[in-house]
Amino acid sequence: MKLTLKIWRQKGPNDKGQMVTYPIDNIDGDMSFLEMMDVLNNQLIESGDDPIAFDHDCREGICGMCSLYINGEAHGPDRGVTTCQLHMRKFSDGETIYIEPWRAKAFPVIKDLVVDRSSFDRIMASGGFVSVNTSGNTVDANAIPVPKADADNAFEAATCIGCGACVASCKNASAMLFVSAKVSQLALLPQGQVEAADRVLNMVKTMDEEGFGNCTNTGACEVECPKGISLENIARMNREYMSAMVK
Amino acid sequence: MSVLDSKIPAGSLDRKWSDYKNKIRLVNPANKRSIDVIVVGTGLAGGSASAALAELGYSVKAFCFQDSPRRAHSIAAQGGINAAKNYQGDGDSTFRLFYDTIKGGDYRSREANVYRLAEVSANIIDQCVAQGVPFARDYGGLLDNRSFGGVQVSRTFYAKGQTGQQLLLGAYSAMSRQIGKGKIKMHTRHEMLDLVIVDGKARGIIARNLVTGEIERHSAHAVVIASGGYGNVFFLSTNAMGSNVTAAWRIHKKGAHFANPCFTQIHPTCIPVSGDHQSKLTLMSESLRNDGRIWVPKHMEDAEKIRTGKMKPTDLTEENRDYYLERRYPSFGNLVPRDVASRAAKERCDAGFGVNATGEAVYLDFASAIMRYGKEQANIQHLENPTESDIYKLGRDVVEAKYGNLFQMYYKITDDNPYETPMKIYPAVHYTMGGIWVDYNLMSAIQGCYVTGEANFSDHGANRLGASALMQGLADGYFVLPYTIGDYLADDIRTGTISIDSPEFIEAENQVRSQLEKLLNIQGTKSVDYFHKRLGKVMWDKVGMARNTQGLNEAIAEIQEIRNEFYQNVRVTGKMNEFNPELEKASRVADFLELGELMAIDALNRAESCGGHFREESQTEEGEALRDDDNYAYVAAWEYSGDVTKPNLHKEDLVYENIKLVQRSYK
Ligand SMILES: Cc1cc2nc3c(=O)[nH]c(=O)nc-3n(C[C@H](O)[C@H](O)[C@H](O)COP(=O)(O)OP(=O)(O)OC[C@H]3O[C@@H](n4cnc5c(N)ncnc54)[C@H](O)[C@@H]3O)c2cc1C
Ligand code: SF4
Ligand code: FES
Repeated sequence: MKLTLKIWRQKGPNDKGQMVTYPIDNIDGDMSFLEMMDVLNNQLIESGDDPIAFDHDCREGICGMCSLYINGEAHGPDRGVTTCQLHMRKFSDGETIYIEPWRAKAFPVIKDLVVDRSSFDRIMASGGFVSVNTSGNTVDANAIPVPKADADNAFEAATCIGCGACVASCKNASAMLFVSAKVSQLALLPQGQVEAADRVLNMVKTMDEEGFGNCTNTGACEVECPKGISLENIARMNREYMSAMVK
Repeated sequence: MSVLDSKIPAGSLDRKWSDYKNKIRLVNPANKRSIDVIVVGTGLAGGSASAALAELGYSVKAFCFQDSPRRAHSIAAQGGINAAKNYQGDGDSTFRLFYDTIKGGDYRSREANVYRLAEVSANIIDQCVAQGVPFARDYGGLLDNRSFGGVQVSRTFYAKGQTGQQLLLGAYSAMSRQIGKGKIKMHTRHEMLDLVIVDGKARGIIARNLVTGEIERHSAHAVVIASGGYGNVFFLSTNAMGSNVTAAWRIHKKGAHFANPCFTQIHPTCIPVSGDHQSKLTLMSESLRNDGRIWVPKHMEDAEKIRTGKMKPTDLTEENRDYYLERRYPSFGNLVPRDVASRAAKERCDAGFGVNATGEAVYLDFASAIMRYGKEQANIQHLENPTESDIYKLGRDVVEAKYGNLFQMYYKITDDNPYETPMKIYPAVHYTMGGIWVDYNLMSAIQGCYVTGEANFSDHGANRLGASALMQGLADGYFVLPYTIGDYLADDIRTGTISIDSPEFIEAENQVRSQLEKLLNIQGTKSVDYFHKRLGKVMWDKVGMARNTQGLNEAIAEIQEIRNEFYQNVRVTGKMNEFNPELEKASRVADFLELGELMAIDALNRAESCGGHFREESQTEEGEALRDDDNYAYVAAWEYSGDVTKPNLHKEDLVYENIKLVQRSYK
């Protein structure tokens, strides 16, 4: 395959940045999108240019490190995958591909396609946990049965990888899907219910402070979320929030 | 006398840990506040340690190279975590978990450490559930279990194929709580590049801020290294791209011994290599061997037809398939340990029965499991005379509920639908049992420098059993280190903050800076990856699944040559004081180029086969690994001598008081 890549280049947080065009040839359909980027980078390095910076680590769709806004979609055209799981067979010969970083006020660009998502960590530190110390004498794991449906739903919510695609695909750059996934997971489990009210209030407050936008229910986040985190989580969080407010 | 003192407490095996814990010195809560601990790594081992230490009151400084602690490589673990809970009532016990682990490791691990691991395993599950980790449950709301290789009980707890993710998010949430309270100062996108030793004690690290490129000094009263394994020395592995040996290697060069570096685990079920562009390999969890059956065609002609696309696997009838694990190992079948399964796959492929274009793949087939579960469901649902396709559909749903995400992952990578055609799999580098030598307290040969998780050598001998790494990481971090480190830190209650202006810090910083400048100044013509790939090929061909004297000697010479060329001709783009992923890679690959040689030296020294280390010269008539207990029942701990080509060997004899050493058999 022969492709034309149009890639966002930005030297640093204060640089203005621009799209730069790179032609590339001999791309095989079995390559992953990031392997295609590796090929390009190797060519750039060997010809003395600065390679393109992008985030990645596990390359199997679980660490949440990779990002990339490809042809106007977070994680590219395929559904239910992260950029590192996207394969070149989804593109066709001669195509032009636009590659940009996540764009959101709360995710400033560090370099090229790399952004700073530490705002997510700060939201988590404000309440995304159960306050239990490590002791070796908590109650036996089977002492509190959890209905299978609740456990399964909690698990589904807990599969969020914290990638930020939901924010990048939302026109308001809202982090509601991400935050609601954690709130839901813990609200569904008996262990998390004790602190449920404080948790939702604190996490939402931090989310607002970090500069994420409001949710206007467009649902774009759910469509682009690689892990299929459902909008039901947002509904559940809204209920949790309302009931916490009246407490 | 050996310089290695394992500090294993006296007393009977089942009392050692509890008696020791009762006698260990404690630090009172007020004093803990003025004690700093650095933890490098936020995977299961480092994340759990940071959280537990901060909860106890220590001031923790944690480091990881990713942009968030939640992204450590532990996140990728799929299949599960072991614990001797005996919830299934199938005869499990602490002793049995201990025994299985020692045997699985082919009798090359320490009894006392492994027993302690088995002992605390049950606490891990309790702790994780209390944190809100959503393990799989049955319809009664209780925790479910599955089986893993090399054992005959169901003791593995899991969360679909994302167990590592759920456990790590548990540890990350515990960390987040302490970060919120200011008890953990988290340094993301930071890479540790050296250890600072003051008056013989580990007192800090030199780290590079990967965003700004600044070199920073950080001090503490003790340093914990939880930096994961070194499988990426092979270039292609199931490890994340950033996984590296740098932290471990730098402490090795400062005096910590590197133990059993040649003990690497090649995992039998990974997606085969598809081409030269390949950057990493993807694991298909061992849990799939609960239900998947492994086979190749019985006849060479069929294998050839399959390879050239003239035949499909589903065209072959049962009699024309060779379920070689079931044939060779009737009592464990598809659930033999990893080393055994990997070698058996290699044996069939080397003999010409491989099933993809490169001849390096075997099948992992779910057809019979789908039908078996389908029938079971039809019975449960009281369906009368269900059709084949009803049964298939019911069975497929069960398989999807168990392994859905793995099947999807396979489909996305290969474009093949594993519900309809068997998966193709081949062994790939996965885990490293070797690592920094530590004593019973998890302290390395450097005072105050502890090593936990995959980065240490301690619990898995020559072969790790499935679902045991997660158990070890969390055991070390939640339940072992927080006790043992207190005993050491009890001496430091009056020390006060460690200054970062001492000559030792300045010297270490200068060294780090000049090594990085050296790499940047070479300005050769080849990328870092070019050298890494070449190193990986030598490692895979000659220090991989089968090793022999000649190949190992060649490997040593070739690695030296690649290393020389690297220092003459690598091109590292960009500058020191900026975000520069190429520089990060270059400094990691520089360390792999030294470690690779040590692995070959260690493999050459160990002229026996054991676990994942297979010396062709030492095998039974049936081609199984043949140990030599008279000469090699020891841990090979290598000390850096100042010259990477000439390390000094120290031996820690392995003493077995509770288990009899026998030839491992899974027949
Ligand atoms: C695909 C896959 C599946 C697996 N499945 C299972 C399973 O089902 N069950 C099981 O028991 N085991 C499994 N394992 C093994 C297990 O996941 C690992 O052994 C374990 O998670 C390692 O944990 P760790 O905390 O020691 O290291 P890691 O999780 O690798 O963490 C290393 C940490 O160190 C940091 N770090 C490294 N170097 C530096 C440095 N120089 N400076 C700063 N920070 C640094 C990293 O940022 C990271 O935070 C699997 C492994 C793989 C690859
Ligand atoms: S909700 Fe989905 S898109 Fe948003 S961070 Fe989580 S996994 Fe990514
Ligand atoms: S690199 Fe880990 S999710 Fe893509």
